[in-house]
Amino acid sequence: MSTRATTESPIMRAGLITVALVFLGFFLLLPLLAVFSEALREGAGPFLDALHTPDALAAIRLTLLIAAISVPLNMIFGIAASWAITKFQFPGKALLITLIDLPFSVSPVVSGLIFVLLFGANGLFGAWLAEHDLKIIFAVPGIVLATVFITFPFVARELIPLMLEQGKDDEEAAISLGANGWQTFWHVTLPNIRWGLLYGVLLCNARAMGEFGAVSVVSGHIRGETNTMPLHVEILYNEYDFVGAFAVASLLALLALVTLVAKTVLEWRFGLHAGARH
Amino acid sequence: MIHLRGITKRFGDYAALHGIDLDVAPGEFIALLGPSGSGKTTLLRIIAGLEFQDGGTVLLGGEDVSRTPVADRHVGFVFQHYALFRHMTVADNVAFGLSVRRGKGRLPKAARRARAEELLRLVQLEGLGSRYPGQLSGGQRQRVALARALAIEPRLLLLDEPFGALDAKVRKDLRRWLRDLHKAMGLTSIFVTHDQEEALELADRVVVMNQGRIEQIGAPDAVYMNPETPFVSHFVGETNRLPAPGGEIHFRPHEITLAADGAEALLVDNVFRKGAVWRAEGLLEGSGQFVELDLPSSGEAPRLGETIRFHPHRARMFNAAGDQTQGETR
Repeated sequence: MSTRATTESPIMRAGLITVALVFLGFFLLLPLLAVFSEALREGAGPFLDALHTPDALAAIRLTLLIAAISVPLNMIFGIAASWAITKFQFPGKALLITLIDLPFSVSPVVSGLIFVLLFGANGLFGAWLAEHDLKIIFAVPGIVLATVFITFPFVARELIPLMLEQGKDDEEAAISLGANGWQTFWHVTLPNIRWGLLYGVLLCNARAMGEFGAVSVVSGHIRGETNTMPLHVEILYNEYDFVGAFAVASLLALLALVTLVAKTVLEWRFGLHAGARH
Repeated sequence: MIHLRGITKRFGDYAALHGIDLDVAPGEFIALLGPSGSGKTTLLRIIAGLEFQDGGTVLLGGEDVSRTPVADRHVGFVFQHYALFRHMTVADNVAFGLSVRRGKGRLPKAARRARAEELLRLVQLEGLGSRYPGQLSGGQRQRVALARALAIEPRLLLLDEPFGALDAKVRKDLRRWLRDLHKAMGLTSIFVTHDQEEALELADRVVVMNQGRIEQIGAPDAVYMNPETPFVSHFVGETNRLPAPGGEIHFRPHEITLAADGAEALLVDNVFRKGAVWRAEGLLEGSGQFVELDLPSSGEAPRLGETIRFHPHRARMFNAAGDQTQGETR
């Protein structure tokens, strides 16, 4: 009798698998195929031409720049936050853990608005910034700020459970052997967390390049200047330049696919089971 | 070698240690024995400098190290779960303390290699230097951890439940091996354990701890034969307790004489062979107290339901406050 609760009939099993596959195909595979087929509808030539326009190239460059700034920053912030949370006891720790998740729970549009309210022309620091001729909103610094905010949790959330599980013994062993803080971090902690860190950075990067909502609010959509790839896709689409829109979109989709493959390789190679935490 | 004076430690509202005084002579092998929550590991970590006391002083070799961090105390620390660096080879693990050294005390790489090899030979793991910790058994890993701790030539070796994660057979072998190593090296060592057998077998002196206090310090034989408190009597070795006017009488299962006119009568409820003796368990007639007795296995096994008459020939009496009122011998 005990097997009945866990074993389904073959028909039931086949049915469930079919439903899952149809669902996946309809909601994931079909759109992905659509992106590439739309992009290549008029052949490879127009596809490449669309990517070669100055505005598209500027958007790609800007997206890479934003990721190149915000991913390393969040790597450092993420390590620092996880280190503090897992290796030390201090007042306000529970609050810090909650705050780390804030960017996940707040709508990206609101996240963008926060920065407009702080640094915009009528914002809290607006007058001071104008006085010193500093531009944050509708400029690259604003996009970096919004992206850093949105992607902050990825590295920290990957590392905190990992570092909690590993405990403090290795670090204590290292310092009892005479290592200083930096040696302990570099020779002991970092190698222990390297694959989890890489995984977090990968997810962080995917989101940094793909973020739309928050960036859209702070960017101002200035072509060739403050347009990232996702924003550029929207502009082209609204202008009925479907090949152009889908060509840029296909690059983003490609990034997603590369991320997925890299993530799978990491999981397979190092037995990470981090997927359950997202 | 070590002098602890009035060590106190609190974790929030919880008092982990209440004024610990302890003196350890050079070359001594000391066991800190107690149940979990007795403060033994906290005390060991305070001696190491991995934790800092709230009050009191720690003297190592005459030097006040009360506020000295672990990195500057030159103590070897061995963890229950080895804490080996899993991404480094065994040899690199052993040489870690030498390779992080800066300044003129730093050895050249070849000398560090040679020292690691020498230590691996000492812990009988010669030739395994190029393996990774994950490729070793538990007992081997703990020996690597020991070699790593010895590499910095510590003035003191501290071991936190060093055999806790090992299975019984390996534990026994490693225990004997550690005792021999301690004798050969003459290093002052302190180890923490909750296993009284381990403490009695290895240590020159046993420090029995309970609820953040030292209950008794003494040679293994003294602690076993003459426990000073009811806790020690109960925690170290097996003890039967009989209520008595004004307190309790404690005696070991083997501290009895069988006699037809014995004052006590045990109604045998369970019998099994315990090594060289028969162990008979049951309730006493009259008081209904549960007791365990050891009977020579040269005789016949006691039968279930049988009544055994006996009297304790050696026992200790504790009053209600836990003070020993008399060590009684009949």
